[in-house]
Amino acid sequence: MADASYPEELLYHPEHDWVRIDGDVATFGITWYAQDALGEVVFFDPPDVGTTVTKDGSYAEVESVKAVSDVIAPLSGEIVEVNVALADKPEAINEDPYGAGWMVKVRLSDVSEKDALLAHGAYTATLT
Amino acid sequence: MSHPRSVVQPLWHDDGVSDPPANADARRTPLLHRHVAAGARIVSFAGWEMPVQYAGIREEHLAVRRTCGMFDVSHMGQVETAGPGATALLQRLLSNDVEAIPVGGAQYSVLCREDGGVLDDLFTYRLAADRYLTVTNAANHERDFAWFADHAEGFDATVEDTLERYAMIAVQGPLAREIVQAMADAPLPARFTVAQRVLAGRPVLVCGTGYTGEDGVELLCAPDDAGPLWDALAARGAAPCGLAARDTLRLEACYHLYGNDLSTQRNPIEAGLGWCVKEATGFIGADAVAAVRDAGPRQRLVPVTLSGPGIPRQGNPIVGGGEVTSGTLSPCLDIGIGLAYVPAARATPGSELQIDVRGKIRPAVVAQRPLYRKESDG
Repeated sequence: MADASYPEELLYHPEHDWVRIDGDVATFGITWYAQDALGEVVFFDPPDVGTTVTKDGSYAEVESVKAVSDVIAPLSGEIVEVNVALADKPEAINEDPYGAGWMVKVRLSDVSEKDALLAHGAYTATLT
Repeated sequence: MSHPRSVVQPLWHDDGVSDPPANADARRTPLLHRHVAAGARIVSFAGWEMPVQYAGIREEHLAVRRTCGMFDVSHMGQVETAGPGATALLQRLLSNDVEAIPVGGAQYSVLCREDGGVLDDLFTYRLAADRYLTVTNAANHERDFAWFADHAEGFDATVEDTLERYAMIAVQGPLAREIVQAMADAPLPARFTVAQRVLAGRPVLVCGTGYTGEDGVELLCAPDDAGPLWDALAARGAAPCGLAARDTLRLEACYHLYGNDLSTQRNPIEAGLGWCVKEATGFIGADAVAAVRDAGPRQRLVPVTLSGPGIPRQGNPIVGGGEVTSGTLSPCLDIGIGLAYVPAARATPGSELQIDVRGKIRPAVVAQRPLYRKESDG
């Protein structure tokens, strides 16, 4: 498992989710802290493309050997792509949470919602 | 991500370790500080601060399947029953035929109430003709001891709570016996037998039992000797393993976990434990159990495997009746597995089921037990 890391260019939700925004499409995933707390991820159950997700609402489940956790949407919108590679390789969520472990891409319904998210420093301050 | 849902694993809470314990009632094994120093994740389990994992569940699980792993199971309790009436008392309490245990033998049984409900599942070791040691589950120990003591009246036997006298280490895996043997003063006892030995210079009660589906031994020693023994085992290649791997291993082997697969609301026949229940001995609950055996149980506990993706979890309903009582992803089979109570008519291997996993209907099939069998067993 990789060492703890929180890329500076990302935005964060207090429930330990990250967002990478590119125009009106955002990529979601869970942070290093979240995957470490969960332990070895063995199953990711993605939503269907076309599903609407709501900021602060659950949009998927991620399972370790011992636990099931809801994954929280940091922003609202419509899912335009899911990371199908996680079906065969859910451990990518542990090994590369900000890269190969991405979960969904969402066309944002209200880009201004991002103003409520945490920047790198504010998020990492919540972890201590 | 939200915190793991408590419905999935109510006994396990991530609360780290503090010194002194944050919860003054928390119990600690003599090995706790070794677990913390080794980087283990510590959780509260049945009132004890226990290591749930070290390197990772999958790695620990596979160490036990391929080489050797060791578990601190010092939270498990012991009750010693001794005296001329010890055999008669245990015959009255335990479901199996206690008289049939040879001196130096081990036997699995359940402890039943009058109505046949299961109070605990237990291994009993006959240390001498009139002296037995029974190992209890941590969560049930006080209730078990009280049950033993309350029913001892009229028997020429003493019942002693010996939990404080022993630490316990399970050493399991294809190399387990070789590793322990190299530390021992004499040959190790065979499977389902017990013997007093000296390991690394310390007296140890060596039991040829386990909870993983692999060969191995369980070691009962004085609490002060547990640390040096643990270190000696580690130096010889036994990998420290936590409770999470212990759970995935036992589930692949289809061993029951009390609190999940067994409870006072279930009788041993429906739990598939009729083989260790000898009603003719007249144990407490024998009549109730005999009635269920004669009539046939309404439900039966069976191993299940999911036919597609997903993981069954404790509490998931079976469509048409029944429920999952244990579930996980099998590290060896790489599919969702579990134990489930299903209607008796659908309990034969090959029967198709549907499991409601938090609203998603997932197809499953009743499997043969055990779900995992080591190659040497054919």
